[in-house]
Amino acid sequence: MQFVQNLPFISIIVSLFSGSLSSIMGGKKAKRLNLAMMSLVAAMSLMVFLFVLGTGESYVYMMGHFPAPWGNEIRIGVLEAGMALFFCVVMLLCVIGGYQEQAAEIEDEKKNLYYIMINLLLCSLLALIYTNDLFTAYVFVEINTISACGLIMIKQNGRTIEAATRYMIMSLLGSGMLLLGICYLYDVTGHLLMSNIKEQVEIIHRTGQYRVPLLVAVGLMSVGLAIKSALFPFHAWLPDAYGYSTVSSAAILSSLVSKGYIFLLIKIFYRVIGFDVIQDSKVVNILFIFGILGMIMGSISAIRENNIRRMVAYSSVAQIGYIYMGFGLATEAGIMASIFHVLSHAATKSLLFLSASGITDSSNDSTDFFDLTGAGYRNKLAGIAFTVGSLSMVGFPALSGFISKLLFAQAAIGDGWKMFPALIALAVSTVLNAVYFMKTVIRLYTPERTAGREGFREIHMTENRTKSAAMLCLVALNLILGLGSAPIVRMIEQGLGMFA
Amino acid sequence: MDLSNLMHNYPEAVSMILFAIGFSNLLLQKNLIKKIIGLNIMDTAMYLFLALKGYIVGRSAPIVTDGVQSVEAYINPIPAGLVLTGIVVSVSVSALMLSLTIRLYRRFHTLNLDEISTMLKKEGL
Repeated sequence: MQFVQNLPFISIIVSLFSGSLSSIMGGKKAKRLNLAMMSLVAAMSLMVFLFVLGTGESYVYMMGHFPAPWGNEIRIGVLEAGMALFFCVVMLLCVIGGYQEQAAEIEDEKKNLYYIMINLLLCSLLALIYTNDLFTAYVFVEINTISACGLIMIKQNGRTIEAATRYMIMSLLGSGMLLLGICYLYDVTGHLLMSNIKEQVEIIHRTGQYRVPLLVAVGLMSVGLAIKSALFPFHAWLPDAYGYSTVSSAAILSSLVSKGYIFLLIKIFYRVIGFDVIQDSKVVNILFIFGILGMIMGSISAIRENNIRRMVAYSSVAQIGYIYMGFGLATEAGIMASIFHVLSHAATKSLLFLSASGITDSSNDSTDFFDLTGAGYRNKLAGIAFTVGSLSMVGFPALSGFISKLLFAQAAIGDGWKMFPALIALAVSTVLNAVYFMKTVIRLYTPERTAGREGFREIHMTENRTKSAAMLCLVALNLILGLGSAPIVRMIEQGLGMFA
Repeated sequence: MDLSNLMHNYPEAVSMILFAIGFSNLLLQKNLIKKIIGLNIMDTAMYLFLALKGYIVGRSAPIVTDGVQSVEAYINPIPAGLVLTGIVVSVSVSALMLSLTIRLYRRFHTLNLDEISTMLKKEGL
C-alpha cells in the first residue's frame, strides 16, 4: 500500500480536527487555520486524484482492522477523488471571496464558530463522497445538515433564524426518510456496506423476493435525499436561507451542500441498489416529473423576484430540477449529464452569489432590482463576472452551462416517452433563464447618473482583493469546464465505470 | 390481502404507525415545540423498529456471561449499535432545534412559525 492511499482518510480527519481546534481559537487564528486546512485538503485531494487516474482503478481503504462485512470502509475512485478536489477548490474560493463580508457581518466573538462550521461542512462532504458504508453516510448527512444550519444563522437577523428553522424541519423530514430507507435495506439484506448490499440486492431482485420492501426502501431514500437537496416542491426554505445569509454561506450552500446529497444519491443508485434495479423500479419517473416541474417553476419564481440574491437563489431550484431530470432519464448518459451539471452549477452559482454581492456593495447595499441600474459600470469586475455567470446559466457556448445543456439534450434523445417532455422543458427553461438573467444584465449596464446618491460608489477591483481573485478564479473555472469539457466528461465516464 | 403477516409482525406495524405520527406532526404542526416532539417520536419509532429487527426470541444481549461464547446464545448486536448512534444524532438535532426555537421566541414572542413568517413579511426585512 502506498502512502497516497492514506490521504483521503487523512483529509477527513484533518478537517474534523481543525474544526475542534478552532473552538479554542480566536477569530483571526481560526480563519488562518481554516485557510491552511482547505489548501492542504485540496492538495491532498489532487494527489489522490492523480494517483487514481494513474492506476486507472478504484481501491478500498479499510478503517480499522476488520475486513469487509464487519469493518467500516471508504472507497476511492476517479469520480470520488475528482469530486473531492472540486468541492475543496470551490469551497476555498467561496470562503476567500467572502472574507470582507464575514468580517463585517459576523459578531467578533462568533467568528471562530463560523470557521468551525466550514471545517465540519468540508469534513462531512468529504466523508459523504468517500464512504462505503450507508450508516456512516447517514451520520455525516446529519453533520452536514447541522453545520449548514449554522452557516445560515451566523448572520443574526430574524430572517436567517426563521430560514434556518425551516431548513432544519425540511432536512429532518428528509433524513428521517433516509434513515428509514437504510433500515429497510439493512433488514432485507443484512449488510451496511455498499458493496455487500449490492450483492444481496442482485440476488433478491433475481429471485423476486421482497419486491415491495426493496421498492419502498429505494423510494424513501430517493425522496429523502431529494427533500434535503431542495427539489421542487420542497424548496420553501431555500430563497430566505440563500437570500439573507452572509455571501460565503449562500455560495457554499447552493453550490456544495445540496450537491453532497446528490452525490450520495448517485452512489446509492450505482453502488447500493444497482442501476438495473433502479431502472426497473420506476422511482426515477417520479424524480423525472418533479425535476421537470422544478425546472419550470423555479425559473418562473425567479422571474417574479425583485431581489437579486433571492432571484439567484430561485435559479438554484431550477438547476436542481435539471439534475433530477437527468436522474429521471435513467440512462448512463443522463447520469453523466447530471454529474457534469453538478460541477457546472457549483462553479457558476458560487460565481453568481459572489458577484451579486459585489454589485450590491456598489449600490448602497440594496438588493432591490431598481437600485442596481448601472451597477455594471460602478463595479466593473463584478459586473463582468455576473454577466459570465448569467451567460453560463443560460447556456452560452464556451461556458460550462452550455455543455451541461448539450449533454442533457443528447441524453434525452431517444429515451422513449421521456424524450419530448425533457426536450420541451429544457427549451422552455432556457428561455425563462434568459428572461430573468438577461433582464438583470441589461439593468446592470443601463447607464444612470448616481454620482450624487449616497452609498452609490465606484468599486475598483483592488478594493476587495480576495473577492476579485475568487471571482476571476471562478470565471476561469467556468471557462475550463466549458472549453475543456471532453476530458472531464471522459473522466466522469471512467469514474462511473469504476462505480459498478 | 393476507393480513396474517401483519398480526405476526405487529410490533413493526406499531413502530411504523408511530413513525407516521411523528412525521406528520413534524410536517404539519404549527407550534415549534410540537414539531420537535413530533421529531422525537419519529426518531424513537425508528429505534424501536431497528431494535425489533435485531431481536431474536429467546436470546440475550450480546454480553458474554458465564463463559458462553456461542453465536446462538445472543441477539444481533449491530442494530443496537445503530440505535446508539442514532440517539446521539437525535439528541444533537433536538438541542439545535430547541435553541433555534428559543431564539425565535425571544425575537417574535410566538411559537407559531406561520405567524413569524407573516411578521417578517410585514417588517419587510
